[in-house]
Amino acid sequence: MCFISVESQLSHRVEHHSVIVCQFGTPQGLRIPMRSRTLICRRFLALALFSASAVACGASSTSTFSHASTPASEVNGISIFVLTITGLIFVGVSGLLVYALVRYRGREGDRTEPAQVFGSVQIELSWTIIPILIIVVLFLTTTRVLFSVQDAPRPATALDVIVVGHQFWWEFRYPQYNVVTANELHVPVSSNATDRPTFMKLTSADVIHSFWVPQLAGKTDLLPNRVNEMWIDPHKPGMYEGQCAQFCGAEHAKMLLRVYADTPEQFQLWIANQQKTQPEILTPGSSEDTSANHGNAGDIVRAGTNAGPPSSPAGRGGAVATSYENSQEISPQVGQHVFEHEACISCHTVAGTAATGRYGPDLTHMMSRATIGSGAALNTKERLLAWVTDPNQIKPGSLMPAMHLTDRQNEQITAYLLTLK
Amino acid sequence: MGTESMPTAPGSEAGIDRTPDVTKTGTYLELVHSWIVTVDHKRLGILYICYALVFLLVAGVEALLIRAQLFFPHNDFISPFTFNRLFTMHGTTMVFFVGMPILFGFGNYLVPLMIGARDMAFPRLNAFSFWISAFAGILLYYSFIGGVGLAGTGSAPDVAWFAYAPLTERAFSPGHTVDYWAVALLASGIGSIGTAINFLATVFCMRCRGMTLFRMPLLPWLYATVSFLVLVAVSPLTACQAMLLIDRYLGGHFFDTQTGGSAILWAHFFWIFGHPEVYVLVLPAFAFANEIIPVFSRKAIFGYPAMVSASVGIAFISLSVWAHHMFTIGMTSFGNAFFTLSTMLVSIPTGIKTFNWLATIWGGKIRFATPMLFSVAFVFQFVIAGLTGIMLSISPWNWQTHNSYFVVAHFHYVLVGAIVFMIFAAIYYWYPKMTGRMLDERLGKWHFWLMVIGFHVTFDTMHIPGLLGMPRQIFTYEPDRGWTLLNQIVSVGGFIQAIAVAILVYNLVHSYFRGAEAGPDPWDAWTLEWSTTSPPPAYNFPVEPVVASRRPLWDLKHPEDPDSTFE
Repeated sequence: MCFISVESQLSHRVEHHSVIVCQFGTPQGLRIPMRSRTLICRRFLALALFSASAVACGASSTSTFSHASTPASEVNGISIFVLTITGLIFVGVSGLLVYALVRYRGREGDRTEPAQVFGSVQIELSWTIIPILIIVVLFLTTTRVLFSVQDAPRPATALDVIVVGHQFWWEFRYPQYNVVTANELHVPVSSNATDRPTFMKLTSADVIHSFWVPQLAGKTDLLPNRVNEMWIDPHKPGMYEGQCAQFCGAEHAKMLLRVYADTPEQFQLWIANQQKTQPEILTPGSSEDTSANHGNAGDIVRAGTNAGPPSSPAGRGGAVATSYENSQEISPQVGQHVFEHEACISCHTVAGTAATGRYGPDLTHMMSRATIGSGAALNTKERLLAWVTDPNQIKPGSLMPAMHLTDRQNEQITAYLLTLK
Repeated sequence: MGTESMPTAPGSEAGIDRTPDVTKTGTYLELVHSWIVTVDHKRLGILYICYALVFLLVAGVEALLIRAQLFFPHNDFISPFTFNRLFTMHGTTMVFFVGMPILFGFGNYLVPLMIGARDMAFPRLNAFSFWISAFAGILLYYSFIGGVGLAGTGSAPDVAWFAYAPLTERAFSPGHTVDYWAVALLASGIGSIGTAINFLATVFCMRCRGMTLFRMPLLPWLYATVSFLVLVAVSPLTACQAMLLIDRYLGGHFFDTQTGGSAILWAHFFWIFGHPEVYVLVLPAFAFANEIIPVFSRKAIFGYPAMVSASVGIAFISLSVWAHHMFTIGMTSFGNAFFTLSTMLVSIPTGIKTFNWLATIWGGKIRFATPMLFSVAFVFQFVIAGLTGIMLSISPWNWQTHNSYFVVAHFHYVLVGAIVFMIFAAIYYWYPKMTGRMLDERLGKWHFWLMVIGFHVTFDTMHIPGLLGMPRQIFTYEPDRGWTLLNQIVSVGGFIQAIAVAILVYNLVHSYFRGAEAGPDPWDAWTLEWSTTSPPPAYNFPVEPVVASRRPLWDLKHPEDPDSTFE
C-alpha cells in the first residue's frame, strides 16, 4: 500500500511536469490531456465568436456598436469599458479553473484522499474585497453616463416630437409644426454647427411598446397613461432602422421603425410638405395643386374632440359626389369618393378632407413614406393594392380588417392613395 | 460522539432493510394506486422529477419549433399567433413546470435523507402541493385543446411569460388565453408556497440528533433559503394574478390603463416575484454543486460558513434588485442608479461561491465522472452568466440590451448553462440512490459532450444578434439586418441539445432495467443519504442517525482523522 501511494505520487509529479511542458508548447509527443484540449477548443470557439461578432457588427444596420448619436455613443463607450473589465475577469477565473482541473485531476487507481482544507479567512476576504472594489469603479462609471444621458438638459433649439405607440404602428407628432405622420420619423441632423437634438415624449394608445433605434439611442418604453422622455441627435444624415422592443401582441415583429436624419434644409422642405393639406374633393388635375390649403393641417388637436365630428360627406358637394356614384372608372377622384363613403375614414385622417379618423395611421402624405404597414411592405402600387385588399395577407394580425370591397373599389382607393404625396 | 449508532460501514449488512416492499407484490393497479396516494417524500420527489422531465420534453419541443421558425428571415413555417403562444408556453412551462418542480423534487427526496429524518414535516401537505402543481400544469396545457381546439392552438396563452399589462386586459386579450395562464400560475403558486412551508419546517424541526444548523449539509441550508424566498416572492405573484382576474371579471382597474390603471404596477408586482424567482431556481443548482463538487474533488467544501452566508446574502440582495428588469420603463435616474448598484452587489456573494468551488477543486484529486463533468461546465458557464449579468446591470447599456437577444442569451446561460446542467449533474449523481442502479457512464459522456457543444453553439452565438439590435419575442425578422446566419447557428445548436436530451431519456429508461447495481454508496460520498440502502426503505433509516460533523460518513470511513475533531 505504501509503495503504491509513493508511486502514484511520483507519477503525479511526472505528469505535472508534462503539463508544464505542454504549456510551453514543446512538441515532444506528450499529448495534451483530453480535458485541457476541450477547454482549448472552447477558448477557440469563444475567440471565433468574438471575431464573428466583430465582422457582423459592421454589416448590421442595427448594430449597437455603430453609434451615430450622442446617447448611443456614450452607451457604446461604457459598454466597451465594461466588456474589457469583464473579459479580464473571465480570462482570470476561467484560467484558474482550467489550471486547477488539469493540475488536480485524479489518477487512475489512486484511491487515497487529498489533504482536507476547510477554508481560509484571509483568502476568502481577498475575494470578497476585490470584487467590491471593482463594483465601486463600475458603479461610478455607470452613474456618470446614466446621469449625463438621462438628465441631459433640453436646449431651446431642440425639436419636439410626440411618439404614440399603437398596435402595431408608430404615430409621430410635431407640435412645433402642427404635423402628424406615421412609422417614419424625420429629424434634423444635429452637428456642432447646427445643434438641434430631437427630444421625444413617448406614450401609448393601447399596450406597452418600446422605441428602439440602436444606432441612435437605447430603448425607451411607451406606456399608456404615462409620458416617458428620450432624446437623439444624429450626427450624420441617413436612414436608421429599428423596431418595437416590447412584446405588444400578434404583429410585434412587424412593428418596424425608420428614422431619417435629414440635413436642416431637407428637413425644412419635408416639414413644409407635411404641413400641406389635401383638397376636399379632387377635381381632375388638381391633385398636385394643394398649396392653397397650406397651414391649417396637422394640428395636434385637429382630429381631437374640439374639432367635432366630420360633417357628412353627402352634405358637402353633393352634386360632385353623386356623379361618382357607381362609377366604374379607376381614378383618384372616384377613389376618394369610395374612401370617404366606405369605412376608411373611421380610422384614417387625410388632412383637409372629410377623413379625420384617428385609430389608424395618418395618411395625409402617405406617399412620402417608403413603407406601408409600419415597415411590413414597400410602398409600391402593387403592395398598396394588396394591403388595401387584405392587410392580413401581408401582416397577419394587423388591426386593419379586410374591408371586402370589390376589386374595382380597391383599385380606385389605391389610385386615390397614390396621389397623397 | 455518537457515530457508533450509525450503520457500522456503508455497504455492510447491518441496518439494511430486507423486508419486501409491499407495493411491489400487488397488481399493476395497486402499484399505480400506491403512487397516487403516497405521502412518502421519496416517492413524491420522484413524481415531481418525472412530471418535470415530461414538461421539459414538451417545452423543449416548443423551443425547437421556435428555432425552426427563426431559421430563415420572413419564414412562414409558423403563424405569428402560434409563435406567440409557443414562446409564452415555453417560458411559462420551463420556469413553473420544469424548473420549480424538478428542484422541489430533488429537495423532497434529499432534504429529509440528508438531515437524517424519516419524512418531511407535513407529508400530507407535501402530497397536496405536488398534486395541485400537477393540476396547474395540466390545466395550462389543456388550453391547447380548449377553446377552438388544436388547429387554432386553442386558447393557449400568447402574452409572453411576464404577461405585461395592459396586454392581458380584456380589451386586448379577449377569450380565455390569459385566464388559463393566470389560474394555472395561481394554482402552482399555492403548491409552491405549501412546499416552501414544508421545507422550512423540515429543516428547522426534523434534523437528527447531533445535527446543529452548522453541521447541516449545504443542500438543506440552501433549500431553507430558497423556501424563504418562495414565501416572500411567490405571494406577490399570487396577489397580482388575483388582481388581474378581478380586473378581467369583476370590473377592477388595477392594471386597466383604459380606465386609469397602471401598467407599471404590474411590472413591479411581476418582477418582485420574477427576480427572486431566478434565485429560487439557481440556489438549488448551487446546492447540487455544493454536494457534488466536493465529493468528486475528494475534498470538503471550502469555506462552509462563507458558503452559507453567501447563499443567505444572495437571497436578501435578490429581493432588492427587481427593477433592473425595468430600466427602460421610465424610472428616474436615481431609481436607475439604485437598481444598478443593488444588482451589482449580487455579484459579491455569487463571486464568493464561485471562488469557493474553485478552492474546493484546488488541491483535490478530481474524478471526472459524469456528475462532475456537468458541475465543471456549470462553474465555467455560471462565470460567464454572471459577467453578462454585470453587463446588464449597467443601466445605460441595459437601454440597448434590454429585451434583446442579448438578454435571452444571458438568462438561458443561467437557466440552461447553470440550472439545467446542475439538474443533469444531480440526475447522474442521485439516480443510483433513487433506483439502486447506475446510469450508463458511456451514454452519460455522450450526453455531456453533445450538451456542452450544443449549448455553446446556441447560447454563445445568441448574444450577438442582441447586440446587433434583434429584439426578443419576434416571430420573424428582416433579411437585411445581418441576423440570418447567427440565427441559423443558434437553431443548429438547439437541435444538437435536443439529441443530447434524447440520449439522457434513453439512458434513464435503459439503466433502470439494465444498469449496474449501485449499492448504498457508489460515489464514496459523505452525507447521510449514502448511509442507507439504494433505494432507501420507506422509513429511510432503520436506526435514526446521530452525527458529530458535517460529513458523518467521512468520520466513519476515516476514524483516524474525523472531521468532528476540527469543527
